[in-house]
Amino acid sequence: MLQFTPKGILCVPGGFYIDPWKPVDLAVITHGHSDHARWGMKKYLCHHYTVPILKSRLGTDIAVQGIAYGEPVTINGVQVSLHPAGHIIGSAQVRMEYKGYVVVVSGDYKVQDDGLSDPLEILRCHEFVTESTFGLPIYNWQSVAAQHTQLQEWVAGNRANGKTSVFIGYSLGKAQRIMKALEGIAPIHVHYSIAVLNQAYESAGIQLPDYAIADLREDVKHLAQDIVILPPSLLDAQVTRKIPDMANAICSGWMQVRGARRWRSADAGFAISDHADWPGLLDTVKATGAEKVYVTHGQTAVFTKYLNEIGIAAEEVTTRFGEEEESVEPS
Amino acid sequence: MKTFATLINALDSTNKTNLKLEALMHFLAEAEEGDKMWLLALFTGKRPKRNVNTALMRQWAMEIAGIPEWLFLESYSSVGDLGETISLILPAPEQYTERSLSEWMQQIATLDKATEAEKKTFVTEAWRSLTHTERFIFNKLLGGSFRLGVSAQTLINALARYYNMEANAVTHSIMGDWQMDAVTFDELVQGAYTDTQLSKPYPFCLAYPLEKEPEELGPVQDWQVEYKWDGIRGQLIRRNDEVFIWSRGEELITEQFPEIKAALLQWPVNVVLDGELLVFKDGQVLNFSALQQRLNRKNISAKMLQELPVVCFVYDLLELDGKDLRNLPIKERRSMLEELLRQYAGGPLMLCHTIAAVDWEALKSIRQESRSVNSEGLMLKHKDSPYHTGRKKGDWWKWKIDPYTIDAVLIYAQKGSGRRSAYYTDYTFAVRKGDELVSIAKAYSGLTDKEIQEVNRYINQHAIEKFGPVRTVKPELVFEIAFEGISFSNRHKSGVALRFPRIARWRKDKTAAEIDDIEEIKKMIR
Repeated sequence: MLQFTPKGILCVPGGFYIDPWKPVDLAVITHGHSDHARWGMKKYLCHHYTVPILKSRLGTDIAVQGIAYGEPVTINGVQVSLHPAGHIIGSAQVRMEYKGYVVVVSGDYKVQDDGLSDPLEILRCHEFVTESTFGLPIYNWQSVAAQHTQLQEWVAGNRANGKTSVFIGYSLGKAQRIMKALEGIAPIHVHYSIAVLNQAYESAGIQLPDYAIADLREDVKHLAQDIVILPPSLLDAQVTRKIPDMANAICSGWMQVRGARRWRSADAGFAISDHADWPGLLDTVKATGAEKVYVTHGQTAVFTKYLNEIGIAAEEVTTRFGEEEESVEPS
Repeated sequence: MKTFATLINALDSTNKTNLKLEALMHFLAEAEEGDKMWLLALFTGKRPKRNVNTALMRQWAMEIAGIPEWLFLESYSSVGDLGETISLILPAPEQYTERSLSEWMQQIATLDKATEAEKKTFVTEAWRSLTHTERFIFNKLLGGSFRLGVSAQTLINALARYYNMEANAVTHSIMGDWQMDAVTFDELVQGAYTDTQLSKPYPFCLAYPLEKEPEELGPVQDWQVEYKWDGIRGQLIRRNDEVFIWSRGEELITEQFPEIKAALLQWPVNVVLDGELLVFKDGQVLNFSALQQRLNRKNISAKMLQELPVVCFVYDLLELDGKDLRNLPIKERRSMLEELLRQYAGGPLMLCHTIAAVDWEALKSIRQESRSVNSEGLMLKHKDSPYHTGRKKGDWWKWKIDPYTIDAVLIYAQKGSGRRSAYYTDYTFAVRKGDELVSIAKAYSGLTDKEIQEVNRYINQHAIEKFGPVRTVKPELVFEIAFEGISFSNRHKSGVALRFPRIARWRKDKTAAEIDDIEEIKKMIR
């Protein structure tokens, strides 16, 4: 039913693409990150919550239709529905059913419930397309509660030493998780680009902790000892260095490895990710009961080989997902 | 081990010297005596013997995690460190046991008499009861090869601040051959132990590279000029009928140079000398590759002593008859040194000659020719300079000749280890051999973090093949490779070995068609 083409993943009978990277007529979008939701499609179909994100990123004039989780839409005889992927707000797995045959494209997903996005729904299917960003057994996330404690303790330590806590995290998804983890610990300031996306959460009725917008071009003395959340592009920026007595931390799954923590010039690294860890990937793939698994972006070779070894037919697929996240954006 | 783990975590997670210093001060205030001792011991290379084979540890970890060997190796290649890989693939700990660093070290030390089954029980029990970071530290301690993420200078500064002492006094106290059980931490750092320590070396006085015009240094007559020799810098200590030779890396290398040891033992006076260890044959200094064959051998055969005789070109005198001379100007130390070598001349201890020149112009041409005597340039030492502790700008300069350079193309890449494990940072370069490419050097350094990320993206997109962790890259990126020396070699496919190859710069302006040819490169060999 699926064909992996130079434009993206094509649903052959449906005639539409999922997260295509070249312009097509109809694009079903799993979530709002820029490597999945690209510019130039004649029409976009995504979850309601993703609509404002697409509009703020791609322009308000795009043709976009929002649907709810589990709401079926028929396209050329294929029954299409979106189901929670637990990755970020509005993130969805795309379920396609045609003549009784079911295929699911995961997009990006995580198993942990972060309390912000709807938790991952396991879908039984014949074929499953999975990501593999953290498809190595070295990636085992701590519980969300333990992650929150880690962040809170770090901030408390900084405040005790008169330091400002600066967090670096992807502005869509990670930033909001950091906010949630630190609710009530200290005043939270976020960069403008994060505030814009916070509105997407708020318009979906998700309650975020109080925050102020930090304008780094202006005087930043008032940020002292508070919490500041910035997007990755500002990690080494001049404006960031003006923040008084700052200690900075990167929140990303890559921070699981000591080498990665030491490589980045940050004062702390926390392994907090919006992707599934190794057990998460394995459990999900097994639970779908799929007889064929396609492995996209990340540790494709390793994860594919392992799945085949444990008796799950799997195949590597080259996509252009994850491109921008490789070394630039924390995952 | 909690305090130690906190320290390691803090040292790891920042590259700001101040924060490292803070973390060390905190550790010194919090940790118990034995743990502080171990910090110093690990730092100064007093590592315990490895009692558990890494292959076994790997096997146990794979068993517990239930993963196949190839998957373990993939993980290892991504992490870049065996101890850490193991700590990451194991399931979360079941309980937590707090033992101090020294308790762990004591237990580890007793393993030398344990059977394999006992070792397995001990190690896997520890894994089950330690947090991730502590598990990693435990694995590193077992291996005895733990490198802390802090420079010697920072540790010394932290100790100096903590004890309110001079930094060079601390350096002096903690160097040398001290035994952990024979001294307390306070005594050791504060130098109570120093006087009885015959082996204790002085910190080496280091030179800065000369980056300005020599004329700016004033009259040439103010300077003591020597050739800069490309050997091993050594501090030769003779005190009370004992000889110790220290390398600049503060390792004792006495036994590697029996001829030097024997010669110095013959001297009737106690001295501390600074000089360069070199292979010297038929009146000529041989290049470093000759010396390399003498290094790190368990036994040095008589044949080897004959074929590759080592001498020491002595250039400084730091101590005579127990008296520290380091504060005297070098011109005075030099005349005392000349007098000594006149009296006890002969054998492998030789005076390092100085070079007299009428002006800087004359010196420049001597420097240009320095490769002809297998030297790598000149040393300039101000005649009034004391023997400083460490590096101090202004008094000593190294004025090296420009390195050799070639243009080569990137062909293989591999992820680095430690801090570099997230990126492809270990590169292999090739030059032309007719119509083919032949690999000529591996290089790890010379690019900025930004450039490494850029090369990394290229590798991800242009990898042709994969052999385990190695990626074959489409040969397109050209780099200028600098190196200090070149010699023929049977061990290298190209037939040549480069000394200290590193990336001088990324030649984005060049294509692979413009790289050098191996036959041309061979002409550089004298």
